[in-house]
Amino acid sequence: MSAVVVIKGGTVIDASGSRRADVLVEDGLIRAVADHVDAAAGATVLDADGAIVSPGFVDLHTHLREPGGEDAETIETGARAGALGGYTALVAMPNTNPPIDTAAVVEQVLRVGREAPCDVYSSGCITKGRAGEELAPLGELHGLGVRIFTDDGACVADAGLMRRALEYARALPGAVLAQHCEDPQLARGGHMHEGAWSSWLGIPGMPAEAESVVVARDIALAGLTGGRVHFLHLSTAASVDLVRAAKAKGLAVTAEAAPHHFTLTDSLCCGYDPLFKVNPPLRTDGDVKAVKEGLADGTIDAIATDHAPHPAQEKERPFDEAPPGMLGLETALALTLTELVGPGLLDLPRALALLSWQPARLAGLADHGGPIAPGRPAHLTVFDPEAAWEVDPARLASRSRNTPYAGRKLTGRVRHTILAGDPVVRDGQAQR
Amino acid sequence: MKHLLGIDDLGAEGIGEVLRLADSFLEVTRRDIPKVPALRGKTVVSMFYEDSTRTRLSFETAAKRLSADTMTFSAGSSSLRKGESLLDTVRTVEAMGIDAIVVRHKSSGVPQRIAGWIDASIINAGDGWHEHPTQALLDAFTLRRHRGDSFAGMKVAIVGDIKHSRVARSNVKALSALGAEVTLVGPPTLMPPDLEGWPVTVSYDLDEVLPAADVLYVLRIQRERQQEALFPSLREYAARYGITTERMARLPSDALVMHPGPTNRGVEIDALVADDPRSVINEQVANGVAVRMAVLYMLLGSGEGRAA
Repeated sequence: MSAVVVIKGGTVIDASGSRRADVLVEDGLIRAVADHVDAAAGATVLDADGAIVSPGFVDLHTHLREPGGEDAETIETGARAGALGGYTALVAMPNTNPPIDTAAVVEQVLRVGREAPCDVYSSGCITKGRAGEELAPLGELHGLGVRIFTDDGACVADAGLMRRALEYARALPGAVLAQHCEDPQLARGGHMHEGAWSSWLGIPGMPAEAESVVVARDIALAGLTGGRVHFLHLSTAASVDLVRAAKAKGLAVTAEAAPHHFTLTDSLCCGYDPLFKVNPPLRTDGDVKAVKEGLADGTIDAIATDHAPHPAQEKERPFDEAPPGMLGLETALALTLTELVGPGLLDLPRALALLSWQPARLAGLADHGGPIAPGRPAHLTVFDPEAAWEVDPARLASRSRNTPYAGRKLTGRVRHTILAGDPVVRDGQAQR
Repeated sequence: MKHLLGIDDLGAEGIGEVLRLADSFLEVTRRDIPKVPALRGKTVVSMFYEDSTRTRLSFETAAKRLSADTMTFSAGSSSLRKGESLLDTVRTVEAMGIDAIVVRHKSSGVPQRIAGWIDASIINAGDGWHEHPTQALLDAFTLRRHRGDSFAGMKVAIVGDIKHSRVARSNVKALSALGAEVTLVGPPTLMPPDLEGWPVTVSYDLDEVLPAADVLYVLRIQRERQQEALFPSLREYAARYGITTERMARLPSDALVMHPGPTNRGVEIDALVADDPRSVINEQVANGVAVRMAVLYMLLGSGEGRAA
């Protein structure tokens, strides 16, 4: 199919700035960005009136659950949720069953992902089986294109092993070791943030320091080894401060934050509903404020969803038995606009940097994150920054329903998502 | 009021009402035929996901003395072990046509979750570390039998493992709502990590607190806490926080000693202390039935006039 797509009437924003322009897309590539582009006969015209045209979003942190957890999500359903959320690239987390610690599983994820309405990239484990004992075949996985290595869901708790992984990965161009910062002894037995709410509710807590001690340790290891450390889902004020100080010293560390950590607090656990159980846990108002500041001042490099689907019956268990995690792909843009851009913490270009080109650069995805310029692959998102909507779990494309935002009124909605020139989402509807 | 999930459902006024009702039900339990038809035709189910013979028997006795029909699921029994989900189990039970479920669960918050799922009244018989409201009510009732309604300014020291104690949480709420001054006593490792907003004072020194205490409420110490490095040994715990005869000598002669049971004699409380005239531990158990009758009656008996 010789697909010609014209995106008409929008405001184009990429790393180079903002301008009113139409965008002509042909055969998967951007052909023209101009004040006015005439649509040839047979071209698909996508209305972008009043909308923003951005490089497609890139999620560094998606749990697609396949293989092994297909009752919660599949690569296909997760990618569809991603497309509806404006994402054109997802980095699949490796805590699947089996985990992504061998070439075979990477190849499986990439193969299934080729059919999906989002570009699916695979992360790889740092240690075999995410057990924290022996290194996974980092070089072999790197050879298949893996750039983000993580045991996410588990912390590489052994400092000696983390040191060796960082040293070894220096030989692998573009490799980033992404740490789930959680000291297992300090966090042991905890199911929510340890503080006034956990004390009152009688839910075992995990202290903020379970995260920040590992952030501090791995900053030190980044200095020792010269390796690239990325901090997953920062949730505490102390962690943000540590990363800010490390960057000021010129260390090669990066960080991401999840929308729920700049939107929700631990007080929401008061009804014992496991929809609000997540790891790292929802923290205090002060932590939320610190995460917002970290996003505003550039300490945090990316907004990453930590999209973590779970089947309904798993979230109907008692709070301390239910698995942690919440959906994120279909609400991340709206939460960014509602919580950060609306109140003036970020302007729109900075917000899009956090959703698109900064994570693209971090993950080494040269085709994603723009710029929106002739000759570039047409991975684009068109969204209406003013559209008001209410989150209805039943209408989400994810196979699971565990959103903590049911009934919440948000501003900002994806109108079209274009993957390699193909409108995979059109007028808010998934096309495949 | 539909449910009793925690003490906050009652407030000071509701607690007072339960205690007054319990007075009359205590009288009923002392009759030759200790039974009234107040809840005839009502069905009360006890679902005990955690073993607790004394609480379960106390609730069942209370329900029977009110002429309610009773059913029991307990942790050892089949359906709760077959992997059926909590939600499916309670929906199945509800479909049988029941009026109330008495729930005990090792996880905090389970009674609250169940209350959101089904229409029956839910009574919390102890959930995790969270609350055990009928225990606190029977404790308040026991105190009231001795001291009348003069809770204001009463100095209550709750001693032991506060952090993991649903009894402590419910008692802090109930006793402070009634006007008592609660002091939590124990090693810092057994205190909740953050006491912001709790109407209590904290002491790590039992001997300092004893001479001024009107009530010494002793919590059970679970032996496995030692493995979690919360204290060095049971011996050291007993030396610093155990209720010994020496410590009893420092407690005012008109003070009361309470314990939710079952006691670990020789750990948190010396064998001889339980028999001290100031100990009201056995009364607490006896009062449990009357208080639970009051709670069941309050939730199920009033209003509809179907009873009696």
